[in-house]
Amino acid sequence: MKRNKLAIFGLLVLGSFVVLAILAPMLAPYDPSEIIENETIPPSLKHLFGTDDLGRDIFSRALYGARISLTVGLVAVTIAVLIGTLFGALAGYYGGLLDSALMRMVDVMLAFPSIFLILAIQVMLTPNIYNVMVVIGLTSWMGVARLVRGEFLRIRELQYVEAARAIGCSDLRIIFRHILPNATGPIIVAGTLGMAGAILTESALSFLGLGVQPPMSSWGNMLMDSQAYMRDAPWMAIIPGILILFTVLSLYFVGEGLREKLNVRG
Amino acid sequence: MIGISLISFFIMHLAPGDPTALFIDPNVDPQELIRVRANWGLDQPIYIQYFKWLGNALRLDFGRSYLTGQPVILEIAERLPNTLLLMISSYILTLLICIPVGVYSAVKKGGWFDNLFTVLSFIGMAIPTFWVGLMLMLLFAVQLSWLPATGNLVLPLITMTIGSLAGLTRYQRAAMLEVLNQDFIRTARAKGLPERIVIFKHALRNALIPIVTILGLSLPDLFGGAFIIETIFAWPGMGRLGVQAIFSRNYPLIMGIVMFSALLIVLGNLFADIGYALVDPRIRYEKK
Amino acid sequence: MLEVKDLSVTYFTEAEAVSAVSGVSLLVAKGETLGVLGESGSGKSTLALALMRLVGYPGKIVKGEIWFKGQDLLKLSEAEMIKIRGARISMIFQDPFTSLNPVYSIGDQIAEAIQLHQQVSRREAWSRAKDMLSLVRLDSRRISDYPHQFSGGMQQRAMIAMALSCRPDLLIADEPTTALDVTIQADILKLLLELQRDLGLSIIYITHNFGIIKEVCRRVLVMYKGRVVEEGETLKVLNDPKDNYTKSLIESLRVLRT
Repeated sequence: MKRNKLAIFGLLVLGSFVVLAILAPMLAPYDPSEIIENETIPPSLKHLFGTDDLGRDIFSRALYGARISLTVGLVAVTIAVLIGTLFGALAGYYGGLLDSALMRMVDVMLAFPSIFLILAIQVMLTPNIYNVMVVIGLTSWMGVARLVRGEFLRIRELQYVEAARAIGCSDLRIIFRHILPNATGPIIVAGTLGMAGAILTESALSFLGLGVQPPMSSWGNMLMDSQAYMRDAPWMAIIPGILILFTVLSLYFVGEGLREKLNVRG
Repeated sequence: MIGISLISFFIMHLAPGDPTALFIDPNVDPQELIRVRANWGLDQPIYIQYFKWLGNALRLDFGRSYLTGQPVILEIAERLPNTLLLMISSYILTLLICIPVGVYSAVKKGGWFDNLFTVLSFIGMAIPTFWVGLMLMLLFAVQLSWLPATGNLVLPLITMTIGSLAGLTRYQRAAMLEVLNQDFIRTARAKGLPERIVIFKHALRNALIPIVTILGLSLPDLFGGAFIIETIFAWPGMGRLGVQAIFSRNYPLIMGIVMFSALLIVLGNLFADIGYALVDPRIRYEKK
Repeated sequence: MLEVKDLSVTYFTEAEAVSAVSGVSLLVAKGETLGVLGESGSGKSTLALALMRLVGYPGKIVKGEIWFKGQDLLKLSEAEMIKIRGARISMIFQDPFTSLNPVYSIGDQIAEAIQLHQQVSRREAWSRAKDMLSLVRLDSRRISDYPHQFSGGMQQRAMIAMALSCRPDLLIADEPTTALDVTIQADILKLLLELQRDLGLSIIYITHNFGIIKEVCRRVLVMYKGRVVEEGETLKVLNDPKDNYTKSLIESLRVLRT
């Protein structure tokens, strides 16, 4: 019961953020890169979230930031899920040497402090929104892989797979038509959680200056700018963080709700 | 470990950006540039560089930092204890909090403490750690001036702990709940043991077992957190060094740090395995 | 010695209230073995737990009286009930492997009950635990071993040792041999009978196996969907069952035999 309420809450918050993000160009009272005022103003009626150190309206920047964070999260997690599912399916279905080899790769990647890897890669490349998405996707597929592998191992042993094989279905067909559809539940749940993680990672990256670059406003790089002004303009630091918190939190709630509905084990 | 070094090395060298450009005056004679590059061994083919590096690495010679010219080993050794201090104290603090909280939530499942805890843990998991660091800094250092913003252990410690607390406590709660559902708990009650003993002697001991493994597994994440936290609070540890190294494309240093962190993580897992064997008699003794 | 009057236990789940035990009454005399026969869902295990007031949330004992040696157990405080559990009434369970705590040695678990109920020193409790192990035909030198180091049959013996360590008046055995091999089953049954004879123990033996009831119980109670549908001396019930359910149970036994 309570799960459902939380999930609905999450869905509402998330939904509204998505809508706001999509409608950002129409809703933003000011251009996010435009310098409106020549001083830093705390939140007021004219500027809902106040202005930043350069005089830009934070509310508008936040709206556009929502676009960035949500998009990055979505794309990154999609990449991660695709790669992870591929690895997991192959490992889980074929087993044996392929399984060991693939899982060993997973282990190696997991042993890495992924943040470090991401940082390293980002520094080597010129960070921009596109490689952020790709890099995050490339470093977070391992969990999905393990999950999918587990599901495949389980489903593979079930009766209808035997039946399909007896009829003479090819491996590929079995994987795609029979096993995969039944594994989608956990994948979707992992996807929501993964998106939450991706958003957190992107904001951390942008915070360090290795993610989305200004003047594009990501909540993360807004936080980066806020550091020097903590005494004078604390709202610069407080607001983006709260936004990230709510987004991730609602993703978690939705994920938990989906988990209940789709009957997925923890 | 080998895999990690391979991956790191190749990624490093795939990158455009000549490190020599960093500290050489652009007006310098191109001949000089070539000479320096040769000196650093950068003109040789990649795989030769790798094997040379590996050979040196095994002898613990990671070369010298591009920036300072100091041996990488020394630089790391200087900073390592600081990072360890942060991580270990965070571990201890986390354990001290997560075990009682997790256990209490499980025992009083559905009660106000449990509900409060669940909400808090969700928030704790959703919050960006670096933002928590910023907020703490804002509150304690800037507004209240109770604590210095940098150089002091307290704020980074709290930030790091909050990061790992939420997840671990949930896990502890789940472990405890699972144990409480076991048959032997019913047996313990049937023996006439007071509830207090059932929980603290019988249930708890079993619920602590998974924590050991989880601790080991959370090491990479903890370490990753260290990078960011150390940077925010200017804590002179390996993490901050690593971030600086990355920004300055200081290859030898980066490699050194990567290897060391991987080493630490492997060691951590090893300790986790050993700890697990110590704590669970089923592993300790073979079945007769 | 034990008299149960009109006992009812209900489970209050979120969806509905399920009655697990309805209006059950029974009698057990000293030194007697009463069998409780029923299939899964008949409420027999809940009945057993109820006798020791171990019914877990969301179950509750909603009605009835349990008279044990002059006291109604349902009216006792938890502190008083604790003194009875393990000391005057004991219970053994179906799966000995999961019913023993894997992180403590057998000796620890047996001595624990002794120390608690009989207020003796640890050394004395340990020595009595060793005696108990011998009583159940286990090597008392293995007292420091852990449960997973024993076989299923031995684990069950250890449980019996634990349950009887304080010389209770009544032992409730909830399907103690169901999880064991048939040959081991016979051993355990034999052991129980001997102990009963030596210690003057009363036993409530719960099972779905009519064959065992025939071997071990002089009187039997047949349960179906939480109610007692038939009761009486085992042989009489076997030869002349009054209730339809009992009849079909016996029939299936006959069919399986042939």
